[in-house]
Amino acid sequence: MRRIGKVMKIAVTSTGKESASAMDARFGRTRWFMVADAETGAWEAHANEQNMNAVQGAGIQAAQLLVNLGVEAVITGHVGPKAFRTLKAAGVSIYLSEAATVEEALRLFRENRLSRVDQADVEGHWS
Amino acid sequence: MMDRPLKIAVASGKGGTGKTTVAVSLALTAAATGKTVQYLDCDVEEPNGHIFLKPQIHSRFPATVRLPEVIEKKCNGCGVCADICAYNAIAVVKEKVLIFPELCRGCGACSLFCPQGALVEISRPVGTVEIGAGAGVAFIRGVLSIGQIMSPAVIAAVKDAAGDQEITLLDCPPGTSCPVIEAVRDADAVLLVTEPTPFGLHDLTLAVEMTRALEKPFCVVLNRFDLGDDKTVAYCREENIPIVLSIADDRRIAETYARGEILIEALPSYAPVFTDAWERIWTWCIGRMPEKEVPAPANRERTATS
Repeated sequence: MRRIGKVMKIAVTSTGKESASAMDARFGRTRWFMVADAETGAWEAHANEQNMNAVQGAGIQAAQLLVNLGVEAVITGHVGPKAFRTLKAAGVSIYLSEAATVEEALRLFRENRLSRVDQADVEGHWS
Repeated sequence: MMDRPLKIAVASGKGGTGKTTVAVSLALTAAATGKTVQYLDCDVEEPNGHIFLKPQIHSRFPATVRLPEVIEKKCNGCGVCADICAYNAIAVVKEKVLIFPELCRGCGACSLFCPQGALVEISRPVGTVEIGAGAGVAFIRGVLSIGQIMSPAVIAAVKDAAGDQEITLLDCPPGTSCPVIEAVRDADAVLLVTEPTPFGLHDLTLAVEMTRALEKPFCVVLNRFDLGDDKTVAYCREENIPIVLSIADDRRIAETYARGEILIEALPSYAPVFTDAWERIWTWCIGRMPEKEVPAPANRERTATS
């Protein structure tokens, strides 16, 4: 079966709903998740509006959303401890990137130029 | 005639306007009229009433919130708990429940709605309640533990620990958010302490909106009344809000505060000011109590000056 790197579905945090959109550096409060599906070869846009406006726990619920979508890896700018714990429990790999666009982030991922993180890179907002 | 117990919340919008100074001196003034008085320090993130009342603490107990715990044998990973949680404190991934205690408010919805009965609630300490007495008044304070955010739970525990004294003064946290509302919600009346500066007035208007939303009778204490401008007084006049006490911008008050002294004891010339104010406040509060029974003022021989 065709795969993107080692995964079937990968999400990139995005400021818009196009693959050419600029990446959103935030995970929990990203505006969109652009999800690349190896099977269909297409991008799907998923709004993160509900979590973006959450009073607290945005990272946890954004992670929950990705898990429910069957995403196996995510590329974002930063990830906090609670989102990290949730993604890790679900076995979702996390890659950090400063790529300008969603497409570029995916290209760097395909070229194996992004490294997987094994801990949160920013602090939580409550603890 | 038996007086009904009276609970007065001392609140403000802006911080540093003199809530504790006013609450402590009013507590002593009320006690001097022969009433039994308790002072509740509800500013649990930064309690400071003890600095002035210097209470002997005779008991302490933890303030707790309920926290869900998963019985893994019963859980089938259905995810209802994560869906129902209004505080995003639960995630269910790969049929595994993840609970984030620091986000949990202890509302209990998850265990109530769990179809499997797989969530039980345990008590988690978030602060401490201390009970004692000092300067002739009963004293209770709450202290939120470091790293905890659930001030309302600690404030609720302080109120639960309260006695049946005739007069209760609740020294509230500043602001207009959940902790203040928890402190004010079952008071009979609210004193809003402010100062006549643009910040003081701005935050007073927020506090007025909050107090009106809670349908509490309220009046204003104007601290450092000779500072700033006359817009606060004009606002109170327009809104028909009584100003029951005005305190001058007196450097000596700040000095006694910095030394941890009680204003009316350290500067006795202020004692009659507070006595008059207390009589005014008491009469004003009693006049707004819902009960038909209207008791006589505690201190008849003094005549109110306003």
